[in-house]
Amino acid sequence: MSTFGGNRTDAFERVVLPHLDAAYTLARWLTRNDDASDVVQEASLRALKFVDGYRGENGRAWFLSIVRNTCYTWLKAKNSAEAEPLLEDALPAGASSPEALVMKEIDIQLLRAAIEELPVEFREVIILRELQELSYEDVARVAGIPIGTVMSRLARARGRLVERLTRQNSRSSHGM
Amino acid sequence: MECKECGPLLSRAVDGELDAAQRANMEAHLQACAACSRERDNLVALRSALKNKALSFAAPEELKARLRAQAAGQAQQGAPRRPSVPWWRGLAAALVCLGLASWSFAHFTAQSEQSVLAQEVVGAHIRSLMASHLSDVISTDMHTVKPWFAGKLDFSPLVTDFPEKEFNLVGGRLDYLHGRAVAALIYKHRQHVINVFTWPADTNVSNALTAKNGYNVVNWRQDTMEFWMVSDLNASELAELKALIQQKDAR
Repeated sequence: MSTFGGNRTDAFERVVLPHLDAAYTLARWLTRNDDASDVVQEASLRALKFVDGYRGENGRAWFLSIVRNTCYTWLKAKNSAEAEPLLEDALPAGASSPEALVMKEIDIQLLRAAIEELPVEFREVIILRELQELSYEDVARVAGIPIGTVMSRLARARGRLVERLTRQNSRSSHGM
Repeated sequence: MECKECGPLLSRAVDGELDAAQRANMEAHLQACAACSRERDNLVALRSALKNKALSFAAPEELKARLRAQAAGQAQQGAPRRPSVPWWRGLAAALVCLGLASWSFAHFTAQSEQSVLAQEVVGAHIRSLMASHLSDVISTDMHTVKPWFAGKLDFSPLVTDFPEKEFNLVGGRLDYLHGRAVAALIYKHRQHVINVFTWPADTNVSNALTAKNGYNVVNWRQDTMEFWMVSDLNASELAELKALIQQKDAR
């Protein structure tokens, strides 16, 4: 049974519009590109096509999962290296070197660059958890992975970011 | 609990996703273990840095408008057929659209050179930050940096330094943009890195300030030299640096 009775503008306003900033942020970070707007437009088109199948429990997770999948389709279409499956990470989660520094002042542009450097599967869980503030369950729903994978990817992604930022800190204290 | 068990759980701990027993065991371990304790502090600091609003984006107004129109367009598919319109109205409308289309095409072709170059410049800026390859010649002395470019470029770039205004020259670098070798001068203003790319003018682009991927891009022509400045620093302070550079002779 259709929730919105075929009125697409109404559906748009309830199912897409409230989550548009989150969708755009996710698309910008996943595609790392100006194409974010086009990807979000494509996702919105799909969402409105499938809105009749939407049961209304968790609109944000529902729309963001469409956006996420559209991004991956776009990445594959661009033959992007990002679409390659994640290779085994050499850095074990939770590794801390004896010289690990406490991060006092984290430079925002270094952080931005560090996030951009992450493989897409790590970047997406960071964006969904930290920027969109989704629960582990919702991250799992949007990314289409089990919760255990969410936890391990988050741990590794965070570990990589810390490692990247502390490495940068120790470089800049030696005159870049 | 040992470090081996503690490590993988730290991430869940900072998310508050451990049960009481795990939390208690971990706290006991952290009391005694400086390395895991430091790792936990690093994760907390990282999470707090990630709350920075500058990492998120607002959907552009233009996108919102496009999506509304798209949704409305889909809604009209089931609408009743409109009454027929006099044939000459259709022709007039077509001519207006054609005029508009050719104006848009000309306008956007000129716009796109600016947009494409701005995108390239932002890419170069980000890469310079990512690979920690900010400078080839690290020196705050412009009399060291300027001669460094000799023999590497077919032009001599304007090298300036404004320590009294806190725009500090940090170094220089060779880069490649717009199909040619260019000079990159790197400045720091407070914690912000600013790349100023310069080369002999060869574009049809007018002076502009744009934003791409969250970075501000300012470009201008000065004494037959092209200048492109990129930073996450705000536009008004970038304009200050531009004004300071414009007071110097670029040739």
